[in-house]
Amino acid sequence: MRNHSLKANLTGYAFISPFIIGFLAFTLIPMFISLYLSFTSYNLFSPPRWVGFNNFEKMFTGDPKYWSSVKVTLYYVFIGVPLRLTFALFVAMILNTGSKMIGTYRTIYYLPSIIGGSVAVSIMWRNIFSEQGIVNGLLMALGAAPVQWFGDPGAALSMLITLSVWQFGSSMLIFLAGLKNISPEMYEAASVDGAHPVRKFFSITLPLLSPIILFNLIMQTISAFMTFVPAYIISKGEGGPMDGTMLYSLYLFRQAFMFNNMGYASAMAWVMLIFIGVLTLILFKTSKMWVFYESEGGR
Amino acid sequence: MAEPKVPVSEYGAMTGTRLQKGAVWRKVKWPIYHILVGALALLMLYPIIWMFFSSFKESRTIFTTATTLLPAEWIWSNYVTGWQGIGGYSFGHYMWNSLVIVVLSTLGVVISSALIAFGFARLNFVGRNFWFGVMMVTLMLPHDVVLVPQYIIFTKLGWLNTINPIVIPQFFGAPFFIFLMVQFIRTIPKELDEAATIDGCGKFRLFIQIIMPLIKASLATAAIFSFYWRWEDLLGPVLYLNSPDKYTVSMGLKMFLDSESASNWGGMFAMSMVSLLPVILVFFLFQKHIVEGISSSGIKG
Repeated sequence: MRNHSLKANLTGYAFISPFIIGFLAFTLIPMFISLYLSFTSYNLFSPPRWVGFNNFEKMFTGDPKYWSSVKVTLYYVFIGVPLRLTFALFVAMILNTGSKMIGTYRTIYYLPSIIGGSVAVSIMWRNIFSEQGIVNGLLMALGAAPVQWFGDPGAALSMLITLSVWQFGSSMLIFLAGLKNISPEMYEAASVDGAHPVRKFFSITLPLLSPIILFNLIMQTISAFMTFVPAYIISKGEGGPMDGTMLYSLYLFRQAFMFNNMGYASAMAWVMLIFIGVLTLILFKTSKMWVFYESEGGR
Repeated sequence: MAEPKVPVSEYGAMTGTRLQKGAVWRKVKWPIYHILVGALALLMLYPIIWMFFSSFKESRTIFTTATTLLPAEWIWSNYVTGWQGIGGYSFGHYMWNSLVIVVLSTLGVVISSALIAFGFARLNFVGRNFWFGVMMVTLMLPHDVVLVPQYIIFTKLGWLNTINPIVIPQFFGAPFFIFLMVQFIRTIPKELDEAATIDGCGKFRLFIQIIMPLIKASLATAAIFSFYWRWEDLLGPVLYLNSPDKYTVSMGLKMFLDSESASNWGGMFAMSMVSLLPVILVFFLFQKHIVEGISSSGIKG
């Protein structure tokens, strides 16, 4: 039996009080303000004016730029995240050997993730894809035609996606740690039974890693939806060409802080929140079908 | 001789087939492996290497010679002109501004997160699980939803063009670090606490004198990540700092980019490298902590 004396409660709350205060001041109260603002028209200088569902109506029916940013973001997330995770798993499996060099390789492969969020890297990316950059140089060396990376919305978006795939490092580390937890006996037993490598991958590696894959999938999806810096720097804050790199967060930022449409931006934020919430819920619910929890077998 | 234990990835992409018993294969297996993995590593690093060498090229030759890696002539002046800065301040000024933000934020976030983590991991109180749940939800909450209201609140508080909006929230703990530390504290045997309590040690002393020294590794991990995030942060400075005097490294670089028409690419590349230097340095010095931090946060999640 737990004994919650008054003193124990007070001590407990004293220790976690910074979190509670911070949560109320910087998360919960701002969220309510944001919810309220999403039903108003507010430009920071005159008091908010209640407009009902106007913002949402405009978003869904009267703002083609909004839909184009939604489309760009969905492409970015649903192509970028699976590519990134596949690549992370692939490299993790390659690195999961007994070689002494693994530490070094792991460091090198992880480096891009560490510096990836910086302005310097976005500047770098902008320049290696520039008209005369190395990527076009390489394409021409291979006999292909150079691509106008900043002239075509699709090309510009694929430039952003490559940048995100390049930073597969943290997922790779998590996969690597997961792979190390799979006991070699499993594979040995499978080998004795004559299982092929492909078979082993699908019936041992993938099921045993599935909880980690789910975790990575959720965290990476959420952070991909909020990508801001690369789009902001690479397009110099414009989201161009032709809104090709106008990710949701960038459009929200522009609405809020360049056009002072605080109400509209709040409405956008809430739509995103609800969308991500539903998506996460769906991932969790459907995960029962594909995520394998070892302990459940014993219950 | 006993057969060496077959590495787990024997079935992996490296061979694609089961390990052959042939002696030839055993001999060439590792060299081939290292060539392939090494080549991929080089490909990964190539953009950074390219920027490094380009930062020593003359601005107008950077793109005409983009496919040759080494500069024909090493131009050190890029670093000099870059360091002289932009917007009326030297790049050193921006580095200093960033450093102030990084140090204050990191101190704040590590200490507060440790306190909170200790509370969650070791103290019994009504509503503990509730608040822990709240924290886990906050961990996944898209930050965009509080962007606008936080801006309004900080504006009303008169915190615009100060580092307060960037630094002060850090003193209330960060869910990711709290979670990391809670996981870490849970691995410490509880008997230690009980022994100390019997000896008349209060909770706060228990935290400072017994738990803190034992979770140094996770404190270091949190400090390193906090350093990265604050150093690289762009959104905070873009929103809240509006005079070049207060600009951080990321803002300095952004100004270089905005004045790209002046085509001082050499200087911009040089300062990009300079801005990455502390990050890469810390990474190589403390990579063990980083790798462990990432790995454990994922596994136990």
